Amino acid sequence: MKAPLNWLKDFVDINVGIKEYVNAMTMSGSKVEGVEDMGEGIEKVVVGKILEMEPHPNADRLKVCKVDAGSEVVQVVTGAPNVRTGDLIPLALVGAKLPGGEIKASRLRGVESYGMMCSMEELNLTRDYLPDAPEDGVYVFAEDIKLGADIREALHLDKVIEFEITSNRPDCLSIYGLARESSVALGVPLKKPEIRVKEEGSGNAGDYVSIEIENPELCPRYSARIVTDIKVGPSPYWMQHRLAAAGMRPINNIVDITNYVMLELGQPMHAFDFSCITGSKIIVRTAREGEVIKTLDGQERKLDTNMLVIADAERPVGVAGVMGGENSEITDNTKVLLLESANFNGASIRVTSKKLGIRSEASLRFEKGLDPELTVKALDRCAELIELLGAGRVVRGIVDCNMTKKRQDTIKLDVDRINALLGTDLPAEKMIAIFRALEFEVDPDTMLMKIPSFRSDIENIADLSEEVARFYDYNNIKPSLLSGKESMRGKRSYKQRMEDAIRNTMCACGMNEAYTFSFTSPKVFDNINLPQDHPLRRTVVISNPLGEDYSIMRTTTLPDMLRVLAINYSRKVETARLFELSYVYHPVDGKELPDQKSVLTLGMYGEGCDFYELKGVVEELMAAMGIADYEFKPEKEDPSFHPGRTASLIIGTPDSKSQKAGVLGEVHPEVAEKTECPERTYAAMFDVSLLIDASTLARKFKPLPKFPAVPRDIAVVVRDEVYVADLIKAISKAAGDILEDVSLFDVYKGSQVPEGMKSTAFALTFRSPDRTLKDEEVNKAMERILKSLEHQFGARLR
Amino acid sequence: MKQQLESIQKEALKKLETITDIRELEDFRVAYLGKKGELTSILKGMGALPPEERPLIGQLANEVRNALEAGIAATRDRLIRAAREEKIRQETLDVTMPGRARKLGRKHPITIVLDEIKDIFLGMGYEIAEGPEVELDYYNFEALNIPKNHPARDTQDTFYITEEVLLRTHTSPVQIRYMKSHKPPIRIICPGRVYRSDTVDATHSPIFHQVEGLVVDRGITMGDLIGTLEVFAKGIFGEDTKIRLRPHHFNFTEPSAEVDVSCWGCGGTGCRICKGEGWVEILGAGMVHPNVLREGGVDPDVYSGFAFGLGIDRIAMGKFGIDDMRLLFENDIRFLRQF
Repeated sequence: MKAPLNWLKDFVDINVGIKEYVNAMTMSGSKVEGVEDMGEGIEKVVVGKILEMEPHPNADRLKVCKVDAGSEVVQVVTGAPNVRTGDLIPLALVGAKLPGGEIKASRLRGVESYGMMCSMEELNLTRDYLPDAPEDGVYVFAEDIKLGADIREALHLDKVIEFEITSNRPDCLSIYGLARESSVALGVPLKKPEIRVKEEGSGNAGDYVSIEIENPELCPRYSARIVTDIKVGPSPYWMQHRLAAAGMRPINNIVDITNYVMLELGQPMHAFDFSCITGSKIIVRTAREGEVIKTLDGQERKLDTNMLVIADAERPVGVAGVMGGENSEITDNTKVLLLESANFNGASIRVTSKKLGIRSEASLRFEKGLDPELTVKALDRCAELIELLGAGRVVRGIVDCNMTKKRQDTIKLDVDRINALLGTDLPAEKMIAIFRALEFEVDPDTMLMKIPSFRSDIENIADLSEEVARFYDYNNIKPSLLSGKESMRGKRSYKQRMEDAIRNTMCACGMNEAYTFSFTSPKVFDNINLPQDHPLRRTVVISNPLGEDYSIMRTTTLPDMLRVLAINYSRKVETARLFELSYVYHPVDGKELPDQKSVLTLGMYGEGCDFYELKGVVEELMAAMGIADYEFKPEKEDPSFHPGRTASLIIGTPDSKSQKAGVLGEVHPEVAEKTECPERTYAAMFDVSLLIDASTLARKFKPLPKFPAVPRDIAVVVRDEVYVADLIKAISKAAGDILEDVSLFDVYKGSQVPEGMKSTAFALTFRSPDRTLKDEEVNKAMERILKSLEHQFGARLR
Repeated sequence: MKQQLESIQKEALKKLETITDIRELEDFRVAYLGKKGELTSILKGMGALPPEERPLIGQLANEVRNALEAGIAATRDRLIRAAREEKIRQETLDVTMPGRARKLGRKHPITIVLDEIKDIFLGMGYEIAEGPEVELDYYNFEALNIPKNHPARDTQDTFYITEEVLLRTHTSPVQIRYMKSHKPPIRIICPGRVYRSDTVDATHSPIFHQVEGLVVDRGITMGDLIGTLEVFAKGIFGEDTKIRLRPHHFNFTEPSAEVDVSCWGCGGTGCRICKGEGWVEILGAGMVHPNVLREGGVDPDVYSGFAFGLGIDRIAMGKFGIDDMRLLFENDIRFLRQF
């Protein structure tokens, strides 16, 4: 809400500096977004009158003028094509300051010039502010203005304060409402000018029109006045300028007056050409099936049966509270008008304006719920202005159809509870003073207060507390720290501790944390080779997305990880190692909300990155989470991954109890190509809740060995397709208890072994916890191992 | 013979001083003290001396031997020390050359800030609660005193899945979920991802992160809220940080406030970060609205509470001086590795 300062001053004396005023308003809840000083940078520019105009002796296009600047007559050379003798114009005197620079005495083609006549642009104004300014040339006043007057006053160049008005305070969407807040914030009285209407039109309003409300819950009150002998024309400068400064374009006196009253009092008004109201009847009703109306903006609007319209005996003449109809618009020929001032149900107006796509100044006010007492006051103010401007003759009386339900209008001022909620110790008198300033009527004996009709936001003790607090100043409340309350133990849940462990382990393994969007494009599934009938293609769909690229909630994080890797790759980042701990969202049949699953995603390419590097990270994670019971199995079925370089992580044994917790491997070359990742890109995804279920924070100490270890190596030749994991399992089983550790230290393929075979070498460590092992024991174990490998895998000792 | 011994000692000790390596020293030892060494051969000639001179010369010879042995030991020390010093001199490194790169990863700046926030509140006895991101309109709006078609919904442009299901626009729905399943006293923070229909630019993102705080107990005051936020602000922005509350309106709190912290860029004197104001808005807060308490199954005549909500992304940007929000979601390694 833009409020010109001088308009506010009609209702409240603001005798402090602008900075202090802005601070007082912001700190009491009317946040100031900014202050625009329209006259900033303009000095020594006055209203001048052209007394004489002679051609320039040395230039065809220039004229030499004698201009009366009030206190002196100066000679000015101008090139403006539009000025004539007798015109009143803005004259920048020598030494004047304009946004474009300072004015100096000069000599133009040999003739002295002591000033400059100004155009709209030179005064830093726009056509919204000066609708009658010429396209090209000097601004010429159409109204008679005192010679020598400062242009800032002549053109009402004001300081305009922009307030942020919260949705609970529609009363502050008005100059008067803001003046009321200002009066309390500054501790000065609110001026309440009396509205006087002469009512010189013939007859009574009730003789002209009748009003019927069919849906009182959607329109509790409809009030109207009749004005005859309408003279449509421009409104005076002061009104045009105030409207423009507040952000509304001046149109004509009638429209301007209704807008002026809306801005001043917060009550939207509408003026109908009464000759267009068939049957002299206003009916407030919902639209009929298939009804259509052309609104003031020239658009044909289809109405539905929930929309409230203002109709005459035959047809809608306006969409209630949103926009009037073209069929009853004020024109230059309008002789009699009907002024509407009504109260509508906020939610209904909001739904209609959203459906029609019209958010007008009127609808924005109505949808917040207005004071039903305001309709008559606004009509009177309108009538007063019409008479003041001589725009018509106001007919006696108001036709007022008031079906407002009585609402809660008293509340107890419970001083103790307010102090208890705020943590303050304010005396009753102080609170009473605040509420009286806010126009509550307070009975100091019962402490009952009458809530003003414009404060429908006040319902309970919390609301009262806020009123007290904001004028006491929140920052005067003494800070405390739950003093006297039971102390509580802060803690992370087990799940949260595990998530921290995952992040810490990832970082320790050189993985950098990524954050990606949780919505994505449905096209990403094609990029990762998911078949058309794949279950991950069933997604939660956003009905009003920012675009197709952000239209579904993701069911897999792989495309996002690949996109991040591709971005880095395209920017010539040589090595990227990333992880993300985030969610995927799977729709669940028969449930409103999807299953939100936590996923750990890994991705890497570049120096040192291969399958075993990735697997090493995963093994480290298993250790950090205390998961011992797991294994990796070759994964050939996942369409996004290289079938020969991918494993699934299986948690839990035996097989009947085991679960696949995720997949890790080299990204399928086709997927890498489609996603613009390097050829050797590695990725992994794990179901975090499965990992957490299998995890433990318990650790049990094993005594350090007391007896010496016996190291042995064994190298066997097996067929290529034999898995090392199976060899290790066989070795462990055959060796028995005395085998402490077995690890692979070499795999060899080449000229020394036959085609299709490989040599695998293992380092074995034998040890007993209670004795020194004898050579024979170890030898026997080695024999058992070899025999088992020969038997199971056809292995040969190398 | 006595003179002979004395001159050997004198000559030998002098020679020792000139020895510069360990092999030379060994040759020296052999030359004097070896089986065929000079001193040894002199001693062998002792038999020719008169018996009364023998003890005297014998003693002298022992003294000379001891002197030489001590001299050799000292020289050995000297040589070893010199050799070590030489080695040290030769193996001096250029310590200004870069260290060998470690490959530790980094946490995302949002995680870093969130962890700091968690630590502050865990220390004050809070638990961490969570809730779903795809949420019911009921929890996100209606239970928070924002009925359907209320204009307050305008301030939170919402992504809808269906009429009743949406992407949560704030972490506040967790308040209701938690109150419905836990009895007071309640002290929680609820971090999480939230969604608003804003197009992506340097200062807006349709996805960002919030932390909600909720305290419900008997006799909770607005003073408690202010004291808590002070602890938080000092914890995140430094001990000198001040906070300022401005009255505002949220449907789910009353009284409501927008909370500013003294600018971290200038400390309050005005700079580019705070647009000359000296204050930067970082969160919204207030006393839990009675309707919200009631909706959560808490009797507002017995209990009161406060709540606050803050944007983590903005705080991370402020703390680290990140000038473009898009960087947070792009995940350029060169960005991530700065934190």
